[in-house]
Amino acid sequence: MPDDLSPRGPETVALSLTVNGTSHSLHIPVWTTLLDLLREGLGLTGSKKGCDHGQCGACTVILDGKRVNSCLVLAASRDGSEVRTVEGLASPDGALHPLQEAFIKHDAFQCGYCTPGQLCSGVALLEEGHTRTEEEIREWMSGNLCRCGAYPNILAAILEVARKEGRA
Amino acid sequence: MRPFHYERPRGLEEAIAGKTEAARFLGGGTNLIDLMKYDVERPASLLDLTRLEGLREVERNGEGALRIGALVTNADAAAHPLVREHHPLLADAILAGATAQLRNMATMGGNLLQRTRCYYFYDRQTPCNKREPGTGCPAKDGVNRIHAILGTSEHCIATHPSDMCVALAALEAVVVVRGPSGERRIRMEDFHRLPGDTPERDTTLDAREVVTAIEIPAGDYGRHHTYLKLRDRLSYAFALVSVAVAMELREGRISRLRVALGGVAHKPWRVKEAEALLEGQAPEEECFGAVADRLLQGARGYGHNDFKIGLARLAIARALHQAAAAAPQSHVAKRIA
Repeated sequence: MPDDLSPRGPETVALSLTVNGTSHSLHIPVWTTLLDLLREGLGLTGSKKGCDHGQCGACTVILDGKRVNSCLVLAASRDGSEVRTVEGLASPDGALHPLQEAFIKHDAFQCGYCTPGQLCSGVALLEEGHTRTEEEIREWMSGNLCRCGAYPNILAAILEVARKEGRA
Repeated sequence: MRPFHYERPRGLEEAIAGKTEAARFLGGGTNLIDLMKYDVERPASLLDLTRLEGLREVERNGEGALRIGALVTNADAAAHPLVREHHPLLADAILAGATAQLRNMATMGGNLLQRTRCYYFYDRQTPCNKREPGTGCPAKDGVNRIHAILGTSEHCIATHPSDMCVALAALEAVVVVRGPSGERRIRMEDFHRLPGDTPERDTTLDAREVVTAIEIPAGDYGRHHTYLKLRDRLSYAFALVSVAVAMELREGRISRLRVALGGVAHKPWRVKEAEALLEGQAPEEECFGAVADRLLQGARGYGHNDFKIGLARLAIARALHQAAAAAPQSHVAKRIA
């Protein structure tokens, strides 16, 4: 895994980042987005580049406990942060997160491109507790687009986990 | 994205000292980084303010005014107990905008400073007086469904896209800024400006000033408020027309009324004479049309956005009805009561 994304120079910055529990000390060009750092620098290609403009949600990761569009995060500004990506949702022993299980059960995807973002957004949503009604889940998941139109099944998957956890 | 210098000022003084015309302050980055990717913003340097101390507090002073630090995220502001208790109108407006992800990143100060979503402003292949002064405004005779109907000039018909700012205008908030010569307080109505001959300037902020806080004076409108937002889809879209209303009622009569419109002008649109029409009156539906007419006096469409004039008229009347009935528009259940 590379710890050096470019030659050191005036336009690079040192950065410490914990990603899915693993610490990284990096030197990155200052204009690197968190998404590019995850994908190109750390080889974590689960987070997807859809629009690259914060409009589709495919790049959603959980940054210091909050879901964000990693394509619009300047990595340099998040020195010392903790990042959780789709690769970090399952347990270390491989057991899937309950929401991942529910996505499979409810067929909550077709092409799968938006799924990592949907999952990270959904996991954060469950922690936020904005899952009391179907309307509330739809509203608070509106930052994650699905061109295949799997919305009813994504909704069903989130609702099932929310109910199991007493959040709906 | 073009290369730039990146700096982390250690305090406000250092940030202000380092600020040049070619530098930009970095907050949440949701608009600035996006515009840099489109090559619309080309800063020589970014001054990262995100680690500065003392700009993340939400507190209430002795007179009941609420002070929200510039680096408080939109999500945290909307969820804050003091905001929800004393200014639910602000929380509603914030939650009507963007998405959970963007609100987790975007700051209060940055939201004030977001740029228009005019297609021509974003497209470097077309002229735009806001992006490159003197090149022209293709929106006037172009695709202008989302554009302004009030306060336009021959040089620019862009709108300010914020929901938050519309609520802040109705709440008569004050923007607290710091510059080389110290602190300055700018009323919301004076903070954003109309395009006139200089559409490249969105606000009255000087290049070396930084927003440090937003202050909202105490109000007493209880549940008599609403933020009604109309858009092309039910969530995650900018307003075609929005209306913020804060109404104080005493013994069945309106003692104080504040109305601001979004999606229709280069700034949140207020007309004090329109508000005065209802003050001292009982909130009767028959009077609401007159308020709308006064607010929309001088409105003109540019073709695709002609519909906004009629839509705004109905939205104003409906929002006044919601506020009078103490039935604020829900941003989750989308049905308009």
